[in-house]
Amino acid sequence: MRSRLFHWAPVALLPSLWATPASAEYGLNMTRGVTDVSQSVYDLHMTIFWICVAIGIVVFGVMFYSIIKHRKSKGAVAAKFHESTVVEIVWTIIPVIILVAMAWPATTTLIEMYDTSESEVDIKITGYQWKWRYEYLGTGVDFFSNMSTPKEEIYNTAVKNENYLLEVDNEVVVPINRKIRFLITANDVIHSWWVPEFAVKKDAIPGFINESWTRINEPGIYRGQCTELCGKDHGFMPVVLRAVEEKEYEEWILAKQEQARAEAELAKLTFTLEEQMERGLAVYTTNCAACHQANGAGIPPSFPALKGSAIAIGDIEKHIDIVVNGVPGTAMQAYGNQLSDVDMAAVITYERNAWQNDTGDNVSAKDIVDFKNK
Amino acid sequence: MSAVIDTTKPNHDDHEHHGPAKGIARWLFTTNHKDIGSMYLWFSFAMFLVGGCMALTIRAELFQPGLQLVEPEFFNQMTTMHGLIMVFGAVMPAFVGLANWLIPMMIGAPDMALPRMNNWSFWILPFAFGLLLSTLFMEGGAPNFGWTFYAPLSTTYAPDTVTYFIFGVHMMGVSSIMGAINVIATILNMRAPGMTLMKMPLFVWTWLITAFLLIAVMPVLAGVVTMMLMDVHFGTSFFNAAGGGDPVLFQHIFWFFGHPEVYIMILPAFGVVSQIIPTFSRKPLFGYHSMVYAVASIAILSFIVWAHHMFTVGMPLVGELFFMYATMLIAVPTGVKVFNWIATMFRGSLSFEAPMLFSVAFVILFTIGGFSGLMLAIAPSDFQYHDTYFVVAHFHYVLVPGAIFGIFAAVYYWLPKWCGNMYDEALAKWHFWLSFVGMNLAFFPMHFLGLAGMPRRIPDYALQFADFNSISSVGAFLFGVTQLLFLYLVIKAITKGEKATDQVWEGAEGLEWTIPSPAPYHTFSTPPEVR
Repeated sequence: MRSRLFHWAPVALLPSLWATPASAEYGLNMTRGVTDVSQSVYDLHMTIFWICVAIGIVVFGVMFYSIIKHRKSKGAVAAKFHESTVVEIVWTIIPVIILVAMAWPATTTLIEMYDTSESEVDIKITGYQWKWRYEYLGTGVDFFSNMSTPKEEIYNTAVKNENYLLEVDNEVVVPINRKIRFLITANDVIHSWWVPEFAVKKDAIPGFINESWTRINEPGIYRGQCTELCGKDHGFMPVVLRAVEEKEYEEWILAKQEQARAEAELAKLTFTLEEQMERGLAVYTTNCAACHQANGAGIPPSFPALKGSAIAIGDIEKHIDIVVNGVPGTAMQAYGNQLSDVDMAAVITYERNAWQNDTGDNVSAKDIVDFKNK
Repeated sequence: MSAVIDTTKPNHDDHEHHGPAKGIARWLFTTNHKDIGSMYLWFSFAMFLVGGCMALTIRAELFQPGLQLVEPEFFNQMTTMHGLIMVFGAVMPAFVGLANWLIPMMIGAPDMALPRMNNWSFWILPFAFGLLLSTLFMEGGAPNFGWTFYAPLSTTYAPDTVTYFIFGVHMMGVSSIMGAINVIATILNMRAPGMTLMKMPLFVWTWLITAFLLIAVMPVLAGVVTMMLMDVHFGTSFFNAAGGGDPVLFQHIFWFFGHPEVYIMILPAFGVVSQIIPTFSRKPLFGYHSMVYAVASIAILSFIVWAHHMFTVGMPLVGELFFMYATMLIAVPTGVKVFNWIATMFRGSLSFEAPMLFSVAFVILFTIGGFSGLMLAIAPSDFQYHDTYFVVAHFHYVLVPGAIFGIFAAVYYWLPKWCGNMYDEALAKWHFWLSFVGMNLAFFPMHFLGLAGMPRRIPDYALQFADFNSISSVGAFLFGVTQLLFLYLVIKAITKGEKATDQVWEGAEGLEWTIPSPAPYHTFSTPPEVR
């Protein structure tokens, strides 16, 4: 029997032959991470793992001893014993002692993880379907981070790059050796923000603000993912952080602030339809295509088509209203506080002219401002 | 199934003794516990195959990185329906089927206490699952929010078919509650003279406790889906933060049902294994009393550990600590059970027929699932494990070699009593070994995937997860295809197996082995005397 089963072993190994090309190192175990807390969590994990292994060796050892030695086919005759209060008490008390020994370090680590006081950098993280928003409290820095892996790689028409699905358009830059507090919430459904290297995982829940913190010991790029099922593109909302020296972090903040000022200046300019379409396509691809699809066909009935839709070719103000305020009770978010007025104008212009919608309308940033001020 | 019918009716002089009705009417109107038990078992096997096909769809998509076969929308429908169907359609009805067949025969009762209700509680199920499965063919697709259906993804953001899902769950709940009432009424009122509670076989004990769990928590599930219905259709905001509601409330209510639910799926399997191991060790069960107390302790503890599923929702520190300690405590009675099973085997006279093979694998693999459960109980480490494939590995280790192997063991063990024929032992060993290898190949690599950082419920994954996912998919297909062998084995045993003796197994003890094989249509019309 057993020798026949071994024929299956090569079958199990076959897949690795035609597995993927640009594979990163594959992990067997939890990461030690780059913070003191993640190191404690790793140590806790390994301690309990080895305790379980030790218990397993003893318990399965006795079991396999019986399986080998006490076979009827080897002439074993069954003993008669079937009760012993002393034994029952012993194997109740010993596990209790082991558990107390486990609970002690677990408790101290947990208390440390819950101490979010005296933070030096505060970042508010908001989960959206299907992207993260990061606001650096007190600095005015505020941006969205979307997955940047192209559709072609996902649908296997292009070679997958090393950071497949774990790459974003805007990395979150944080300083090392500083206590960073994360304030985590969500805009629509529940998400969960996880960076394994920090041992930080916290649910992002609409209506709640959860707290967590980290202090990173080493510079580097750290990648994580959303870990709470949040709809269609749950698998496609990675978290990417770049931890840098204090000075580089300060410079990055200044650059971000400058970028925001330049962006605001754009609102005063007017653009041709061609310029609007180009900008609009970029905004559409990042923010809208996940649901309404690149070709504007949508995925009805959950996600309606924009191509030829009554809204996209009808009244401009109604169109602006839906994009700015969203549609309550559906997956259509309110983009009014997500997109700049320039981007908003561009994407609405794009939707009104792409896919043979061809209304010829050119919506300007001023139209958006006027609408919001009404 | 024809072999179940006993045509040599013994007591023609008694008017209450008659054989089954002819044709389809027999199955539609039957109040016979054996017929209803068989229907439950066949239904659950059908659902096992349907849910299995969904699992294989998931594994096929995950065989390689990138999207090949299905879109993320449909992938989410598959994960959701796979979970719902396996939990409510495959595992729970299978155990109710076993309860129907075995409890009356084990306690010396002629039938279940409430036979008409018994018929009804079965016949609700095909309609409940018809309703649920029909959503796959509807516009907008089937429920896609995971079997845990967290709000507001399952309310404000759900497809329209969520209403069908809600009514389907209501019907399953009604069926389960009626089944549980029937089990309790039967066990408490219909035991043969001399069969005191502490003389009952452990399978009966575990089912008695399971039935109380069902009655306690199924109404909670009904409550939470009703609140969802209100939120979806009637403008309430139980779970909608924008309306002043609380999405976390949903999780508390769901898991207050959900944690006892996982014990509902495993306690009867504990009972099955506690019947089988003594038989094939030819030695009485070690520590009968402590086994009963351990099951009761596990059941009671199951009510105070629910929030260990929610360590990352941002509970206060003391809440985390309470649920961590309470959860760790469950390891104690569970450990006692494992030690008792092994002490039963120790210095026995062991033989390894299929029921014993599945039972031994149950003890080993369920214990591995228990170890990973203990690791998950440690809140700080759980932040790293939570909602990754480590959790998927954990609960499949307790449900597949736990609940499912328990059911296989039970079927092989009692099938000769049910149909009067032995199954094909050599082929059953093939079924066992292929299932064992397939299952471990499918689920063991998931531990590594989870620890390395792969979240659950994702249709596509980063490249470092590729190798283990491929292995896992191969294992899943091996396990899945092997189950067709099981179907063949059962049909073969029913139609042309070798005749079984009344005792069937050399070391078997209990009232069910005192009646003829196959069990007559009516048994214990006169209660036996238990000394």
